Amino acid sequence: MVKGDVAGTSKILLAHGSGGRLSHELVAKEFVPPWANPILDQLNDSAVFALSRDGSGPRLAFTTDSYVVKPLFFKGGDIGRLAVCGTVNDLAMVGAKPLYLSASFVIEEGLSLANMRAVVKSMRQAAAEAGVQIVTGDTKVVEGGAADGLFVNTAGLGLVPPGVEIGGGRARVGDVIILSGSIGDHGIAVLSQREGLEFEAPVASDVAPLSGLVAAMLAASANVHVLRDPTRGGLATSLNEIAQQSGVGIQIDEPKIAVKDGVWGACEMLGFDPLYVANEGKLVAIVGAEDAEKVLTVMRETRYGEEAAIIGEVVAEPEGKVLMKTTIGGTRIVHMLVGEMLPRIC
Amino acid sequence: MCLAIPARVIQINEQSLGFVELGGVVREASFMLLPDAQVGDYVLLHAGYALQKVDEAEAEETLRLLAELAEAGRAEA
Amino acid sequence: MMVRYVREFHDAAAARGLAAAIERITSRSVNLMEVCGTHTVAIFRHGIRQLLPPPLSMLSGPGCPVCVTTNADIDKAIALAEQPGVTLATFGDMMKVPGSYQSLQQVKADGSDVRVVYSPRDAVCMARDNPQRPVIFFAVGFETTAPTIAAALLEAEALGLKNFYLISVHKLIPPAMRALLEAGEVRIDGFICPGHVSVVIGAQPYQFIPQQYGVPCVITGFEPLDVLQGIEMLLRQVAEGRAEVEIQYRRGVRPEGNPLARELVSRVFETSDADWRGLGSIPASGLKLRPEYSRFDAEEAFTINPPPTKEHKGCLCGDILRGIKTPPECPLFAEACTPESPVGPCMVSSEGTCAGWYQYGSH
Repeated sequence: MVKGDVAGTSKILLAHGSGGRLSHELVAKEFVPPWANPILDQLNDSAVFALSRDGSGPRLAFTTDSYVVKPLFFKGGDIGRLAVCGTVNDLAMVGAKPLYLSASFVIEEGLSLANMRAVVKSMRQAAAEAGVQIVTGDTKVVEGGAADGLFVNTAGLGLVPPGVEIGGGRARVGDVIILSGSIGDHGIAVLSQREGLEFEAPVASDVAPLSGLVAAMLAASANVHVLRDPTRGGLATSLNEIAQQSGVGIQIDEPKIAVKDGVWGACEMLGFDPLYVANEGKLVAIVGAEDAEKVLTVMRETRYGEEAAIIGEVVAEPEGKVLMKTTIGGTRIVHMLVGEMLPRIC
Repeated sequence: MCLAIPARVIQINEQSLGFVELGGVVREASFMLLPDAQVGDYVLLHAGYALQKVDEAEAEETLRLLAELAEAGRAEA
Repeated sequence: MMVRYVREFHDAAAARGLAAAIERITSRSVNLMEVCGTHTVAIFRHGIRQLLPPPLSMLSGPGCPVCVTTNADIDKAIALAEQPGVTLATFGDMMKVPGSYQSLQQVKADGSDVRVVYSPRDAVCMARDNPQRPVIFFAVGFETTAPTIAAALLEAEALGLKNFYLISVHKLIPPAMRALLEAGEVRIDGFICPGHVSVVIGAQPYQFIPQQYGVPCVITGFEPLDVLQGIEMLLRQVAEGRAEVEIQYRRGVRPEGNPLARELVSRVFETSDADWRGLGSIPASGLKLRPEYSRFDAEEAFTINPPPTKEHKGCLCGDILRGIKTPPECPLFAEACTPESPVGPCMVSSEGTCAGWYQYGSH
């Protein structure tokens, strides 16, 4: 056995944080078993639970995320906007109305006050847009070199309306898959400013709060079964997660998946596949076929859903897998991201 | 092996360095391997170097042939 | 802003037309081998196999420079990286490939300064901007990439850099194709020749294949329609009893290739024997620095003691690279050997045959 391979690994690799299979394995093997409980075991974007012991009454959605993006400021956003929208979206993905956030800052000594203020202001604007309030927080300062300038953690609380049951395990054969817009924008926007890969891409991050879009969709239909925002690991990883959680197959159509020219160009240059690049303002919805057109129409009339499109459907076989019909009419399996995506010459 | 992608030359300076563009993405490129590249040419970019000019006449010819096959393809569909 | 010469080669109707043409001229069992990992990826990524009729078998050869790099060579790069105060710069492709004991990614996690670059020029700039720190470039790749390394090295020389080095494991494709034909382990009815290698070397180096072995060759591009058209041209040669070197990828490949690129390579490098995973030692199939450039040779500048080379038991990468086995025939495939915990490079490299079968699925 090669030293350090996953089965006998003794160190955490960067790849464990990239949202793909290694990340999943880390959570499944190292975090879930010691803490196991029925809520955690569902592994949805947010934990959903009733306040009362007998399960009746209002249900809360609760989630947390840490934001370690580098650089702190990028085209279309910054770590602050990301921290608010990311957590708001995790709440929205279980059908909750987001209400309150906490914000924890781990600041590297030496971070400029101007930069910190810019992040704080950005968070205020994002919170206002999402209709949430930041009600509690924490600040720590660490030595220079330990935090890339700034790490932000946000936790969020929301209220799930009665009767709303949305989760990764609820996709059914025959359901329609809707994608809210183009993929890969955020990942490429951030990557293009990272040192060592210098290229200029006319692509802005799509970071956005999707709670309004979700509210409009849920008002239009009671048959929204799954919602997922394809962040780290990209669309491919999210669809695989859903296929596995629901025990179904997923079939998608490559020509229907929108990719902006700049994202496509950057991916071609570096050898990346847009299916695996992170998004921060998009969602995948799996909807009962009878309501698909209605939901699509509502999305296209709502902010952040203007370019929504049907990209595929849920099938019975192959269970737990995602198949894609390619632009030339062939078929291929789309796997979850494995480890980090690295630029290649081959 | 060998990812090389056709990109459009938008600038070349005297030190054989310049910029190419693909889908709006701009990257620095070296023209040491292709000194007679001109602004406006399409070049094959590999590992940050322009390797060869895309022969646009040949490209159009290939596309024309493929378009004929597409007609046949539509008939088969 | 216009995007040209890529997406036009993805047209579904043209693909159907080509698939129909291919079906019409495939009358008997035919084995076509591609010797370029980027072709392996293209075939899988676009689901091209589904469009091909059953008698047509697509074989993958040793065309992935990552896959054919031996454990011994990877171990050397790792030993260089592990030296204190040194930066090892590498293409992303090599990061996850296991050597005898570990991969560069693991070595980086252990604290060595291993950096991924997109261009060898980036490594030269790193050396220029950090004159106190030796920067060693892990030079992997076939004839497409060697000119870029040669150009980067010449730039380092012109800048008078004293801290830029490289370790060359460059390899040449035509000698490997000859070795495959000589070994005669698998019947090859036609070669899909690597489009971008040929941008540099042109058509002439493949002439020995039809002339001495009677096997047709078509130099093919990488968009899905290129691959389909290349296959169709090969099948036509087979059907008509011809054996020639034809160019499908006419928009990129001139018959004479890029002579300047070749000249820069031969200014800096000379051919040498090279060890290929799966094929063993092939004469005149590698590139090493000429004596007048030996001051840039990392193996001369640094004394390293890599641990004893170990091969991975049960790994059939070698057989797969020669086209005599397919990944599902390897006992480790998808069980002990997966992309997350690869045993051999064929599973790691994005172009590796095993990775292709695993990621894109075989039907």
